[in-house]
Amino acid sequence: MTTDTHDITVTVNGTQYRRAVEARTLLSDFLRHDLSLAGTHVGCEQGVCGACTVLFDGAAVRSCLMFAAQADGHAIMTVEGLAADRDHLHPLQESMRDCHGLQCGYCTPGILMTMKVFLEETPAPDEAQIREALSGNLCRCTGYQHIVEAVALAAERLRR
Amino acid sequence: MATRNFGAPVRRNEDARLLSGQALFIDDVELPGMLHAAFLRSNLAHAAIRSIDVSAARARDGILAVYTAADLGDYWAPGPLLVPPPPIAGLTFNQRTQVPLAKDKVRHVGEPLAVVLAQSRYLAEDALTDIAVELDPLPAVVDLEKALAETSARVHDDVPGNVAARVRQGRGNYAATRARADHIVGRRFRYDHGASSPIETRGVVANWDARADQLTVWDTTQAPVFLRNGLAAMLGLSERQVRVIAPFVGGGFGPKIMLFYPEEVVIPWAAKKLNRPVKWIEDRLEHFFATTQERGQIHDAEMALSRDGRILGVKDTFLHDTGAYDPYGLTVPINSQCTLLGPYVIANYESTFTAVFTNKPIVTPYRGAGRQHGVFVIERLLDLAAHELKLDRAEIRRRNFIPPDAFPYNNEIIYQDFAPLQYDSGNYAPILDKALDLIGYDRFLAEEQPRLRAQGRHVGVGVTCYVEGTGIGPYEGAKVQVQANGKVSVATGIGTQGQGHFTVFAQIVADQLGVEVRDIDVVTGDTDQFYWGAGTFASRGAVVAGNAVNEAAKAVRQKILKLAAEHFECAEEDLEIANGAVSVVGIPGQAVKLGALALKANPMRGAVRPGTEPGLESTQYFGPPSGATASGAHAMIVEVDPQTFALKVLKYAVVHDCGTVINPLILAGQIHGGVAQGIGNAFYEQLVFDDEGQLLNASLAEYLLPTALDVPHMQIAHTETVSPLNPLGIKGAGEAGAIPVGPLFAQAIEDALGLLDKKIELLEIPLSPNRLFELTAKLR
Repeated sequence: MTTDTHDITVTVNGTQYRRAVEARTLLSDFLRHDLSLAGTHVGCEQGVCGACTVLFDGAAVRSCLMFAAQADGHAIMTVEGLAADRDHLHPLQESMRDCHGLQCGYCTPGILMTMKVFLEETPAPDEAQIREALSGNLCRCTGYQHIVEAVALAAERLRR
Repeated sequence: MATRNFGAPVRRNEDARLLSGQALFIDDVELPGMLHAAFLRSNLAHAAIRSIDVSAARARDGILAVYTAADLGDYWAPGPLLVPPPPIAGLTFNQRTQVPLAKDKVRHVGEPLAVVLAQSRYLAEDALTDIAVELDPLPAVVDLEKALAETSARVHDDVPGNVAARVRQGRGNYAATRARADHIVGRRFRYDHGASSPIETRGVVANWDARADQLTVWDTTQAPVFLRNGLAAMLGLSERQVRVIAPFVGGGFGPKIMLFYPEEVVIPWAAKKLNRPVKWIEDRLEHFFATTQERGQIHDAEMALSRDGRILGVKDTFLHDTGAYDPYGLTVPINSQCTLLGPYVIANYESTFTAVFTNKPIVTPYRGAGRQHGVFVIERLLDLAAHELKLDRAEIRRRNFIPPDAFPYNNEIIYQDFAPLQYDSGNYAPILDKALDLIGYDRFLAEEQPRLRAQGRHVGVGVTCYVEGTGIGPYEGAKVQVQANGKVSVATGIGTQGQGHFTVFAQIVADQLGVEVRDIDVVTGDTDQFYWGAGTFASRGAVVAGNAVNEAAKAVRQKILKLAAEHFECAEEDLEIANGAVSVVGIPGQAVKLGALALKANPMRGAVRPGTEPGLESTQYFGPPSGATASGAHAMIVEVDPQTFALKVLKYAVVHDCGTVINPLILAGQIHGGVAQGIGNAFYEQLVFDDEGQLLNASLAEYLLPTALDVPHMQIAHTETVSPLNPLGIKGAGEAGAIPVGPLFAQAIEDALGLLDKKIELLEIPLSPNRLFELTAKLR
């Protein structure tokens, strides 16, 4: 068992945090339990389901596959950083709501973060591209169809 | 009454919270001084426990306690039988329920042996490695047929032949019918269902407040009220002292209705004993063993037919794997036995099943709950009969439908809700016709398939039909209350796992009380908000709780009108309720807001008439006499790669009848999700156990949930035969998407590869590219 700790400075959703973390602390646990940013969810702890996806210096990564210590000096964005508050949702969030792209909502934060980067890179995707981009995020409720529609709608809204 | 919300594709009330990361899920519950639990689980499927030494683990830093069965003392007891056997003459049932921590013997991999309570989950898991366990391995009971042999090892030492249950049901006289039939088709079928695999696993958090003598438990349960009642009884508390909260739950699909899981027994007890909050969150590996699942049945079934394809009778004998314990009684195999009858007239039916104990995780309902197994058998028998009698697959189904004037239609056997299996209403032919139309069935067979085949492509079509018993009793309740701020609160006892209850219940109330859907605050799954209820299962939330909500809203409407009539000194008939206010028809400016009326209904001073109830609120209950029967048809066109056996679904259509539709957007979501799970079951997901009872693929990297690339675009259409069993006319829809997908895949793949003409039949689910390669070996 290791007890060595690291002092890290990490920027999450624009706020800088300084914390001492155990070397083995997962980034997902750090975000959820040390910073109380519990919107990032954990589904499998082995990088398969994608629920814990966050943006790490702008790239979508699985926070369950990284240590918090690796985030030292980096910038992270979680689902809490997508919108100022519940009444002013990001177009991606708004489209998910309009198209009923979520049911239990547990996988949703990971899907939002994955799709945010996807739409930045692919502003006018077709259905096949959306499905390919979604294929690393498991959703057990929706059968994906409404998510695909939501992402297409969000792309359209973001292009305007 | 305007019906602008009921039936409309209203956006969901709960979404803003979920989308912004603000919804409370179980692992988000953080309490000061909270301890974290980790369970030591058996790594053998069947073994005698010789010793468990926890002393080294207890001595570690950061460890508060380590408990085994011995520490539980008198609290240790086998769990309750959740669903007793229905009243069926002559049935055998051996009740053997799970225990909180294994005492003398372990009966499946993952059965808990000890629990560690530590300052963090990391420390708790560290300490597990210090627990010394000596297990004496016993032969594992894995294969259903071998389990029945006299010489087999016994999962429960006092249950010979590992027989958990034996049930025979039927109607008419199959043997006599068989003797005069023109044609008999009989086969052996294997149907394996899998793990529900919600993306959120299970969890329990418990907090004992010694000053208040109050236990609060957060639990990912579909049945909070029963959890509260059971916990109170076990811990010697009154029900008032226990509050169970099912927060936002990240998918359930059945296994979260099961109780009492060992962790649900141990965690609240430990919290009380240590006087500290305790959290346990299941990890994904644990989920494959510690959460219940569904699995396999083996059916020996035959159908007797007339020359023109009319079903004269069906005989089915099947084995059902119930796992190491049977806390959920007979629900799953009874569903298989009953749902096999489908939308067809089957005058003579003889069905016998044997439920078998095995050294595998416990089997309880998972979306479809055994219905899939029965539907697979009847649909495959019809496909094979059609082939042998040279009939069209759709036509043989149409010929056997229960006619629309035959409802209510009594199948004369007992269903899982203890009531006779009587279909309330239905009209099946239009459903089938619409499904065929949506995928262009006739044109595909006449033109497209021959054309594509000539190009060397392997394309096939499938069509399957089914019914689903939904919305069973006993009852649910709801409290509707107008708040002083003009908003309306609705509380009900069921739990919610993504079905949209926060919205559909609000839609029902919105129309009754003239309030916007977004101004209606629905609470589910908190026993302090609503005291009574059964839970979310069997596609019953909208039917049973929805009607209770409607009754309560109607009663509140009457109270509003009565009070407003007094206020305006006019007749109730002169009033209308809209836009959050009551106004006098035809007199502009004569209006009072609902919030103001609510305040008026709770006066601080003055006298009221005897019998007056304060507030604008009502609590009402609804219990249907029996379940409402939904129905549907799925149709698919598929292309199979003959080298790799990879599938491409070219078209997928669902036509569904669930009576009155509350919210078509949410309904479509339920169907889509069900189909996706059906596709997983049909072609991707299989729990693979070896002959030692070890699960070989206990991770999401190896147990394959369908991705966005595996689930096709679906076309959905509805027909509507309202249910006469409830005032709203609703039937359930939660499980419909998942039920008929297995036989649909088997049929369409057979057609695509022309297998029946080559004497190869697909008589099992799940299929997969590997399995298709094996089954078609003789063609190479």
